[in-house]
Amino acid sequence: MKSWTAFWNIFIKDMRTYYLKPPNISWGIIFPLAWTGMFFIKSGSGLEGLLELLPGVMTIAILFGTTSLLAVTITFERRSRSFERLLLAPISLESLMLAKTSGAILFGIINAFVPVAIAAFLADLSGVAWSLVVPAIILVSVVSTFLGLFISVSVSEVFEAQTFSNFFRFPMIFLCGLFFPILSLPVFLRPLSYVLPVTYGVDILHGAVNGEHIMSFTLDFLMLCAFCVVLFVLSLLIIKRKWIA
Amino acid sequence: MRRNSSPAIVAANITKRFREIIAVNEISFQVNEGELFGFLGPNGAGKTTTINMLTGLAKPDKGRIIISGIDCTHNPKAAQHLTGIVPDESNLYPELTGLENLSFCAALYGIPKREREQRAQELLKAFGLDDAANRKFAVYSKGMKRKLTFAAGIIHQPPILFLDEPTTGIDVASARQVRQIIADLHDKGTTIFLTTHYIEEAERLCERIAFIVKGKIVRTERTTDLLQPVRGKHMITLTISNPAEGLINGMATAFLQYKLQTAASNQINIESMEPVDIGPLVRYLEDRNIKVTEARKHVPSLEDVFVQVTGVQAELMSKEKEKAGGGGNQ
Repeated sequence: MKSWTAFWNIFIKDMRTYYLKPPNISWGIIFPLAWTGMFFIKSGSGLEGLLELLPGVMTIAILFGTTSLLAVTITFERRSRSFERLLLAPISLESLMLAKTSGAILFGIINAFVPVAIAAFLADLSGVAWSLVVPAIILVSVVSTFLGLFISVSVSEVFEAQTFSNFFRFPMIFLCGLFFPILSLPVFLRPLSYVLPVTYGVDILHGAVNGEHIMSFTLDFLMLCAFCVVLFVLSLLIIKRKWIA
Repeated sequence: MRRNSSPAIVAANITKRFREIIAVNEISFQVNEGELFGFLGPNGAGKTTTINMLTGLAKPDKGRIIISGIDCTHNPKAAQHLTGIVPDESNLYPELTGLENLSFCAALYGIPKREREQRAQELLKAFGLDDAANRKFAVYSKGMKRKLTFAAGIIHQPPILFLDEPTTGIDVASARQVRQIIADLHDKGTTIFLTTHYIEEAERLCERIAFIVKGKIVRTERTTDLLQPVRGKHMITLTISNPAEGLINGMATAFLQYKLQTAASNQINIESMEPVDIGPLVRYLEDRNIKVTEARKHVPSLEDVFVQVTGVQAELMSKEKEKAGGGGNQ
């Protein structure tokens, strides 16, 4: 019960202090809108092409939303030493880091539904398999958040976290099948796609929205879960090694 | 009030290295339940590193740490519900108000909402911050920030409290207020581990003191016992205008009843177990065309013991005080 009180209050504090600030809310709406508009115009395929863009736009909204904010909620708090307060609290490191990341996960999920809400007015979404979309969005949000966490705990400065995040985020746009099918990539680049977690989430979303996927959904879900566990465990190890050394 | 001799904190041969630098070198001490224990040393002596190890922010490379009978050496989280810490820098959340900060810190220890809000209000009042309760921490003055950070460290009413330089960098009035709160907590039975480089503060507050220099504890004793050798001593400092070479040796031969030392280039310290008769001393100097510009009586204190035991000049500690810019010694 005491751990839950601590967990809940860390989550609420982060939501109020970071996520529900006007710049973040506007980012959550404008960013997916801009990407949707850009690819929509570029594709030139009319409104019927919108569904092909939707999985990529949802993923990009999650990826950028989650990773950008963790640089602040983790790295900045670490720099200002307020993170020490959390490390001194009698809650397990696992619970603490889940509390610190749950706000980003929720923010990522909400971000993903912004393009869905827009698409609902412009295209027919009746064929979308929501039973796959919802868990895929949740898992992509978790894995992106844990990737952001891994980056944030690996560096010391906020600018390093942001630079390092871009090092992962921008190649992912092109390598994970968000807007260009993996099979259309040069052969030597394809192995990279399969070591990036987002690839599996995007595959589920393409399958759920357009019926086009290259791996089985079971494999996709298993890989996403495995990436979540690996990234979280690695982050905890880094914290123990660097911050409680 | 709780006082007994069972140890609340035990540090046994703890060592901490940062690459080639040994920050803390095989130190051992224990703090009894309800005791106010001072950890005194200059900056960089290893005080904060020791606190970090005791509270779970750092792991010792060697040795054992036991808090209230719980071995925390390999599991620093094991006793964190029993401890509170006031760090050497204010580290609350700038975006939250004073009240929200205290309430959040209490929530980290699982205190229910109604209780934590009540405790936060009480502490804000006790620290004279009730008028600023709804102002953001970011706009607090340095002294207010320090006081709120102190309040955040005790909001969960920990039986063991670690205070890392609690009065550094704050004004005289705030420092006095903080010292009174430390004394009150001690009276209520809280075990307090206090690090400071304000010697007078340690002398006023602590029951027992350990001197730490370059990562090593050089002496641990009751404050009264530490002061014993200087108690009853008479000390005079003479400031002179034009000191000559060999002056001290000459004076030492002429005044065998006194212990003489050069304090600064133009100062002479005279120590005696009997009252010092300065007339003959002044005449001796004037006969040699040396003008005495000031004669100051000096009440022996823990600072003299510290200098004697550690070899660290009081001047160095004073410089640190100036750097800190606070009122800790007022």
